[in-house]
Amino acid sequence: MASYLLRRLLIAIPSLLGISLILFTVLAMAPGDPFSEMATNPNVPPEVREALRASFGLNDPIMVRYLRWLTSMMQGDWGFSFASRINVDTLILQRVPTTLFVVGTSQILALLIALPVGIYAATRPYSVFDQIANTLAFVGFSLPTFFTGLLFILVFSVALDWFPFVYRSDIAATGWRWYWEMFRQAIMPIMVLGLFQAASYTRYVRSAVLDVIRLDYVTTARAKGLSERKVTLRHITRNALIPVVTLVALQMPAVFGGAIVTEQIFRIPGIGSLLIDAILANDTPVIMAVTFVFACLVVIFNLIADLLYGWLDPRISFS
Amino acid sequence: MTTPPILSVSNLTTSFRVEGLWKPVVRNVSFDIAPKETLAVVGESGSGKSVTALSIMRLTPSGNSRIEGSIKLSGQELLTLPDADMRKIRGNDIAMIFQEPMTSLNPVLTIGFQIAEALILHRNLSRSAAEAETIRLLEKVRIPAAKSRFHEYPHRFSGGMRQRVMIAMALACKPKLLIADEPTTALDVTIQAQILELIKLLQEEEGMSVLFITHDMGVVAEIADRTVVMYNGEAVETGATEDIFARAHHPYTRSLLSAVPKLGSMTGRRRPMRFPVVDRLTGESDVPTETPDTVEASERPVIEVSNLTTRFEIRSGLLGKVQGRVHAVENVSFSVQAGETLALVGESGCGKSTTGRSVMRLIEPLAGSVLLDGVDVLKLNQHDLREQRKRMQMIFQDPFASLNPRMNVGAAIAEPLLINKLATRSEARDKVAELLRRVGLQPDMASRFPHEFSGGQRQRICIARALAVEPRLIVADESVSALDVSVKAQVINLMLELQARMKLAYLFISHDMAVVERVSHRVAVMYLGEIVEIGPREAIFGNPQHPYTKRLLAAVPIADPTRRHEKNPVSNDEIKSPVRAADYIPPIRQYREVSPGHAVMIWGEEWEKPAVQGIAA
Amino acid sequence: MAGSTLASPSAEPVVVAAKTSAAVSPGRETWRRFRRHRLAMASSVVLALLVLGVVIGPWLWPIAINEIDFSAQLQTPSWAHPFGTDDLGQDILARMIYGGRISLAVGLAAMVVATFVGVVVGAVAGMSRRYADSFLMWVTDLFLSLPQLPLLLLVIYLFREQLKAAFGVEGGVFVLIVIVIGGLRWMPVARLVRAQFMSLREKEFVEAARAQGATRFRQMVHHILPNALGPVIVAATIEVSSAIIAESTLSFLGLGFPPDIPTWGRLLFDAKDHLDSAPHWALFPGAAIFLTVLSINFIGDGLRDALDPRRVI
Repeated sequence: MASYLLRRLLIAIPSLLGISLILFTVLAMAPGDPFSEMATNPNVPPEVREALRASFGLNDPIMVRYLRWLTSMMQGDWGFSFASRINVDTLILQRVPTTLFVVGTSQILALLIALPVGIYAATRPYSVFDQIANTLAFVGFSLPTFFTGLLFILVFSVALDWFPFVYRSDIAATGWRWYWEMFRQAIMPIMVLGLFQAASYTRYVRSAVLDVIRLDYVTTARAKGLSERKVTLRHITRNALIPVVTLVALQMPAVFGGAIVTEQIFRIPGIGSLLIDAILANDTPVIMAVTFVFACLVVIFNLIADLLYGWLDPRISFS
Repeated sequence: MTTPPILSVSNLTTSFRVEGLWKPVVRNVSFDIAPKETLAVVGESGSGKSVTALSIMRLTPSGNSRIEGSIKLSGQELLTLPDADMRKIRGNDIAMIFQEPMTSLNPVLTIGFQIAEALILHRNLSRSAAEAETIRLLEKVRIPAAKSRFHEYPHRFSGGMRQRVMIAMALACKPKLLIADEPTTALDVTIQAQILELIKLLQEEEGMSVLFITHDMGVVAEIADRTVVMYNGEAVETGATEDIFARAHHPYTRSLLSAVPKLGSMTGRRRPMRFPVVDRLTGESDVPTETPDTVEASERPVIEVSNLTTRFEIRSGLLGKVQGRVHAVENVSFSVQAGETLALVGESGCGKSTTGRSVMRLIEPLAGSVLLDGVDVLKLNQHDLREQRKRMQMIFQDPFASLNPRMNVGAAIAEPLLINKLATRSEARDKVAELLRRVGLQPDMASRFPHEFSGGQRQRICIARALAVEPRLIVADESVSALDVSVKAQVINLMLELQARMKLAYLFISHDMAVVERVSHRVAVMYLGEIVEIGPREAIFGNPQHPYTKRLLAAVPIADPTRRHEKNPVSNDEIKSPVRAADYIPPIRQYREVSPGHAVMIWGEEWEKPAVQGIAA
Repeated sequence: MAGSTLASPSAEPVVVAAKTSAAVSPGRETWRRFRRHRLAMASSVVLALLVLGVVIGPWLWPIAINEIDFSAQLQTPSWAHPFGTDDLGQDILARMIYGGRISLAVGLAAMVVATFVGVVVGAVAGMSRRYADSFLMWVTDLFLSLPQLPLLLLVIYLFREQLKAAFGVEGGVFVLIVIVIGGLRWMPVARLVRAQFMSLREKEFVEAARAQGATRFRQMVHHILPNALGPVIVAATIEVSSAIIAESTLSFLGLGFPPDIPTWGRLLFDAKDHLDSAPHWALFPGAAIFLTVLSINFIGDGLRDALDPRRVI
């Protein structure tokens, strides 16, 4: 298992390098000087612009520029945000926890819905429950998050006035009250993201369980006299989760994409809304850094998925 | 009937719902199983034999299936039992083992857990008691080092070992009845012999009854006290096994039995022999004759293979370092005359299929030469190779996979003609009609698609496609193995007839010794990539020399219950793997001529240890 | 060989079936199975109506999309404005008809780009042994772990001005969005095609073609590709709906098409600050996106049942 972990880590490094290379190439291919816009930006002092130009070394060959950019990224020197007048790494560190909280909670919610519903539906294929679950899943992942977000605001904030629709980081309350307010304002974004993912995960779980359920070893388990419950929990679920883990890992980029949208709708101060703000403010160092942070998050989640996979499937750790 | 039966099935009808309609798959089947008796249910695919077994366990998919009639276990009706009570029967009073040992065990649970599960469930054992009992069971089914294997996962076990684990699991609660659903079909013949021995032995020890589902008349003759023959969902004949084999009444049983090759039935004949053709309605049979002498012994052989070697590299790690090699074909030499059939026999992993593909150069061999009418196929460039392939064609094992599902049959047969520019489109159409007729199909079938044909018909289409370019050599890779017995006999008859007519040379690759005995002129026995013995069919079957040949022949079940006790005891060895370390250098082999044309490899010490030993150690 | 399970069902019933029915081509069989999927059939009708609506809509509803009428600001649906008006008094129905054309066109074009790239990469990887395959699959996995939306935003931010200059406002952004969406969504198709090729090229009918002297090109075009097509068609269908969502997301974030081009996502972007006073402004375009995506997904599901009965996802 330890060697498996090490191997996955070693594979993660080239993919991070590859991602950084793609990001850098995009930046380098961008026509003109990406800093020219700053010339017209009164917020940018000329010396900052010059420092940036020098740090990017725009006149050097592209590989040198890439390596220089990479080393400075690795040293934590992510540049300076001229919109927020603060170091980029500080800015991102302020914002990341909120994003992780919303994304993490919504993923847990999605799995809490998808696992039981998917398994229950698959063990009763074509029953009324299965058909309703299946149709709802289709509706769920056909509803884009930006539309569900607006619908939620319309129903729960405008019409019913249950939840606030603007996320505030400066809640003027203490103790339990603070936690309650935090929870209350997080409900809608978490639901929007969680329900969307729950819909696709339900389909994955259902089809994975359907694939497993007709395999011989399930019949073996039944022939042993085990109850349906035990057959499902012990013999079906773990095997069905193996492909689901892969599919969930593949969804990670989409999950973070959804996080950007929800953060924008509910004005959550996470890195997603930071990215949009930075783009609207032409704040290039922040844009680059946030995009790279998103890439790292995806790679980290993929790594977690790999570990889960190795834990679920005893065949993996040996090969 | 003196003692009451353990299991009594009467008027069993099982139906499945297909597109809203109930379709009976098993109709009105009745039989009894006495204590300690072995009852075989035999039939071809689609006869409903497996569904019968699942119905007894009530394991048919709920909701989409319906079981009617009566199934009584020691007098207790099973079909009306509540589900919870039925679960107490399953695994406890009736246990079951399945066809595919590779997929019957849960890959993510240890085998120890899977066996102990039943013990904890039915016998209320504690975890540690269950573990001790499991180890005892694993020893009972002769799994070496049982204790250390308790915590291992199924992927570390070979097919034969997994089937032993399944048997241990089935025996856990000392069932009254063991249902074995084709338990040896997926196994190699020597492993099959071991498993059959084990089941027989354990049956005696435990005093249980066995319901044995199989398609193999040889296995039936070997193991069953009584036999039920199923056809198309119905039990057409029931009786003592000796009676069924000696005096079958039903025409279907007679046609089935006549199509079964019996090992040893060809003693004293030099040439291959057709299978008798039996009318399914009347049960009347024609008298088969030996094929005419087709071998052109005086001419130069159609194909001369010498020192053929094919290896596959096993790479792993990030840099793809060679970790080992599969020595699939190692220094193999043989030749085939026009009109002659050379059979390549052996068990899985022996390299017989790789040899066939290397000869066709579908796989690039590492070394050696393959002279086809004097031209070395292995030295040709891609263009000349395509030219040369007209002279040799291949027929594959799986008739469902060997036809392109999106191409109609006419186009499939015409394709080789058009690729090789042997005919214009309209000429090809006439040729297709003629070829279809020659393989016993109607010319108007050319516009149909493969999914509309049965397995046997598809194999005929594949033969027609191979014949289109008028080849000299046909490599038949397990071409009849996937077919039902009666269809198999028909396809073999067709192949023999075509050989006589077109002087075809066949390289007949098969694991089925009984079929090989029937169809071949000469036989080469392969083991771990090498030919260990080669010679005229009569010599190999009548006077086998190499210990492996002997072991292989001893393991073949003979479809004749009166010869049940003639058998040699079987060895308990596993089949070895041809995977070797990267630095392995194969030894240089010497051959000894036993009689003209009959050569045997001189074997080393590994065969000298008591290779033949009883399973009951 | 071990593992010789009996593959042929008893000959008789099949022979009878073959005699009674005329030749059933795989195409007709597919259509028969597709028709059985009721939701997919209904979705086909809905999608056909939507496409028809945005194609011939401007003739039936000839109101200019940028006709500003300050006397009719934020009106709820009425006979004069069936879908209501926005804060400038512009007719939402007319704007949606126009925007629908763009959304659907982007979806189709991005699907073509993604499918083309995916099929080429997957086919090359699937036909090659060793190096090309490992490299292409590494690249594919790399692209799969890219954060797509941030990257989309980044690329559009960096390249928008140049392409506007080259292709005009609408054309430039269209080309950019199609290439970027398509260029970031080809990976699932590539993996699918590769997997199909990998399994098909080992199939005995391909080996048979090789044994008959078929060239690699012929094996690929006549034998492998037609059999790999089913799942690719399904994936391509789903790709259209993903691309529509991707484009709408960009527009919704205010970074897609410019404000004067009212795509459905852009309409939502403009409407989101008026949710309390004019909910209809957001509801109609949102519902249009939802309905389009839902019906395409159902059609994809129906096609999957029809073309690829083994896979369930």
